[in-house]
Formats: sequence, structure tokens, C-alpha cells
Amino acid sequence: MKYWERPFGQEKPKVVQGEIFIISDRCKGCSFCVEFCPNGVLVISDEFNSKGFHPPMVTDLNKCTFDGLCESICPDCAIVVVRKEVKIDKK
Amino acid sequence: MSSISQKTIHHYLRHKKKFPHVWCPGCSNGIVLGAVIRAIAELKYDKDNIAMVSGIGCSSRMPVYVDFNTLHTLHGRAIAYATGIKFYKPEMKVIVVTGDGDATAIGGNHFIHAARRNIDLTVILINNNIYGMTGGQYSPTTALGDRSTTTPYGNIDPVFDICELAMGSGATFVARTTAYHALEAQAFIKRALEHKGFSLVEIMSACPVIYGRLNHKGDAVEMMKQMKENAVPIAAYEKLIEEEKKNKYRRGIFRQIESPEYTEQYQNLIYSLQEKQGVQE
Ligand SMILES: Cc1ncc(C[n+]2csc(CCOP(=O)(O)OP(=O)(O)O)c2C)c(N)n1
Ligand code: SF4
Repeated sequence: MKYWERPFGQEKPKVVQGEIFIISDRCKGCSFCVEFCPNGVLVISDEFNSKGFHPPMVTDLNKCTFDGLCESICPDCAIVVVRKEVKIDKK
Repeated sequence: MSSISQKTIHHYLRHKKKFPHVWCPGCSNGIVLGAVIRAIAELKYDKDNIAMVSGIGCSSRMPVYVDFNTLHTLHGRAIAYATGIKFYKPEMKVIVVTGDGDATAIGGNHFIHAARRNIDLTVILINNNIYGMTGGQYSPTTALGDRSTTTPYGNIDPVFDICELAMGSGATFVARTTAYHALEAQAFIKRALEHKGFSLVEIMSACPVIYGRLNHKGDAVEMMKQMKENAVPIAAYEKLIEEEKKNKYRRGIFRQIESPEYTEQYQNLIYSLQEKQGVQE
């Protein structure tokens, strides 16, 4: 039987998954998250929140690395990024 | 919503009652609030063992939003109150959140003497170069030539370098960063909390609504980009030629040294006197 091992006993790669929660009613429309996201995941939406601002919305979650930079830069504590590392078992 | 409430950020906030907060759109104070609670979450502190004290100002409204023991005190006197708490409960983590006017104008005296005593407080000084709350009077950190409501033709007062002031007074941990460098701010706050002795983290911040508008600095995003450009790491700053240094300032950790802490020395003094006089507890 041919035995194949990962180089240097490397761990199995994990896939990063996650979710971005936006608490729209807290948003004051500063657009930092849209401006400073390195992957351009968020855009300003056309909707209004209860205070009359346009909250951001997620365009393409596949582009996101879930590092939570938008969460760190949000002055209104309105974004929460939940990051999960998931092992994939290919059979 | 279930996964949101699991996140520590909401564990440390009074998020059901007090949000949205009062700060203007794009104000850096909120970014600093996030950095503080994330640093505390990383250290896994018990929220009952933390006291957050502040004076008066926009920045000083921070204790309203956090779910620790909080004290919102008189303008400039936050450090004096914090000293009292630290004396009564030396095991408590005492954090002071203050503004540039609060700490270096009206409260300058408390600031330098707390630093001189090396009392174990963590001071987070949010420096927006102006008095934001009262509508834009100039502060000791308003840059030369800048406009404010009390310097309509440009400021002629030389500027305080708050980190130098703290080091000159004897602070044992001194660091500066900006609100744009939110992750660095979080890391510095964490190190300041772990440090035993007087620690100062000066966070340069943007007040787009008052300072930005009076001085034509552009909108909030523009001011964040200016901070990104102008705050240079200490080592890189030393290599700049004199012309390039204009408008630029250093960021990084300026000092981190060990020195006897005040409340500890005070306790030791009490113990040694009790021993001498044969007093038993
Ligand atoms: C004894 C006293 N003097 C003056 C004031 C008015 N006052 C309220 S906030 C403030 C300035 C605060 O500026 P700063 O500390 O820079 O905080 P910022 O609002 O810029 O965050 C002043 C002068 C006061 N509340 N109490
Ligand atoms: S006045 Fe300036 S410092 Fe105060 S909340 Fe508004 S932007 Fe922030």
C-alpha cells in the first residue's frame, strides 16, 4: 500500500468560516467598515435604520477572512464577527 | 442574535440599555471603547474586579457604556478619585479614561503627581486636540496655528507632548498610538493593564465634527487616513529628515520599566510600623 503523509507532519488544513452580524440600529453611517475592509466585503445599503442612517450590508461572504477588522474599527460596536475554524474531512 | 450575545464584547457592555451611544458619527471614542473591552476580554478579567473612572468630556462618557464598576466624576479629577479607589482596594484594576483637556489642562496637577508616585492606574488618554464636548475651545494639545472657537485667528500656544510629560513626571509605562491603529491600541492597552505601576496609553483620535470642521480636515474617513499617514513608528521616525517630520508624530512604546509601586509601598510601611509597635490585626 502506498502511504502518503503531509510534509513535516503538518496538520490538516482548516477552513475558516464565520458570520458577520450587523446591528443596524446602532449604525451612524460613518462608513469606516466599508472603507477599511481590505477585501471589500461590505457596502453601504440603500435601507434606512431607525435613526435614518444607511447601515452597511454584506455583499460576498466568500471574500471574507473573518479577521474582524471591521469589528475593531466600528465606532458604534455595531458589527460582530464570529469566526469558526472547521476541519474538513474528505473521504 | 444568540451568537452575538455569546461574544465577550457584549458581555462587557451595557448594551441593552445604553446603546446607541452619544458620540458623533465617525468619532474615534467608540473605537477606543471597543479596543478597551477587547483587551480586557483577552485578559479574561472578572468585570466586578475592574473600576473605570472618568472626568467630564466626550471621551469621559465611556464608563456609561461598560458593565464594570464605574464612576463618572468631576472635570479633571478622575485620577484623584481613581487614586482613592486604588488605595481602598489595591487588588482592583483601576482604569481612568480621560481627554486631553481633562487630563492635561484642568487635571494636569493630578496627572503629573499620580505619575510621580507611580500608583498602579491605567490611564487611557484620548487626545482629540480640542475640547469636544463644550463646542471646540482650544486645549493644551491644539496644534500651532490651528483654529478653535477660542483661537479664531489661529493658536499661538506651544503644544504639550503628553508622553514626554508623563515620562518627565516618572510614569513607568508610556505608549502612544492612534484610533486608526485599533489593533495596536488594543495590544498597548493590554500591556498597560498588565503593567504594575502608572501606565499611560495616549490614543490620538479624530473629532471630525468639531475639530475637523473648524480646521477643514475633511470628513471622518479622511481624518482616519491622516492618522494612518502621520503616526510613524518610533524607529522609522528617527530616520526621517527634518522636513519630513513636519505634521508627523511618533507612535509606539516609549518606556516600560519596573519601579516600586505606591500602594504596595504604603502597605509595607503600615506593616513595618505595626510590627515595630507590636500591633496585632
Ligand atoms: C470644573 C469644570 N470646568 C469646566 C467644565 C466644562 N467642560 C466640560 S467638558 C470640557 C472639556 C473636555 O475636553 P476634553 O477633556 O478634551 O474631552 P473631549 O470632549 O475633547 O473628549 C469642559 C471645559 C466643567 N464641566 N467643569
Ligand atoms: S464632539 Fe468630537 S469628540 Fe465629541 S463626540 Fe463629537 S466627534 Fe467625538
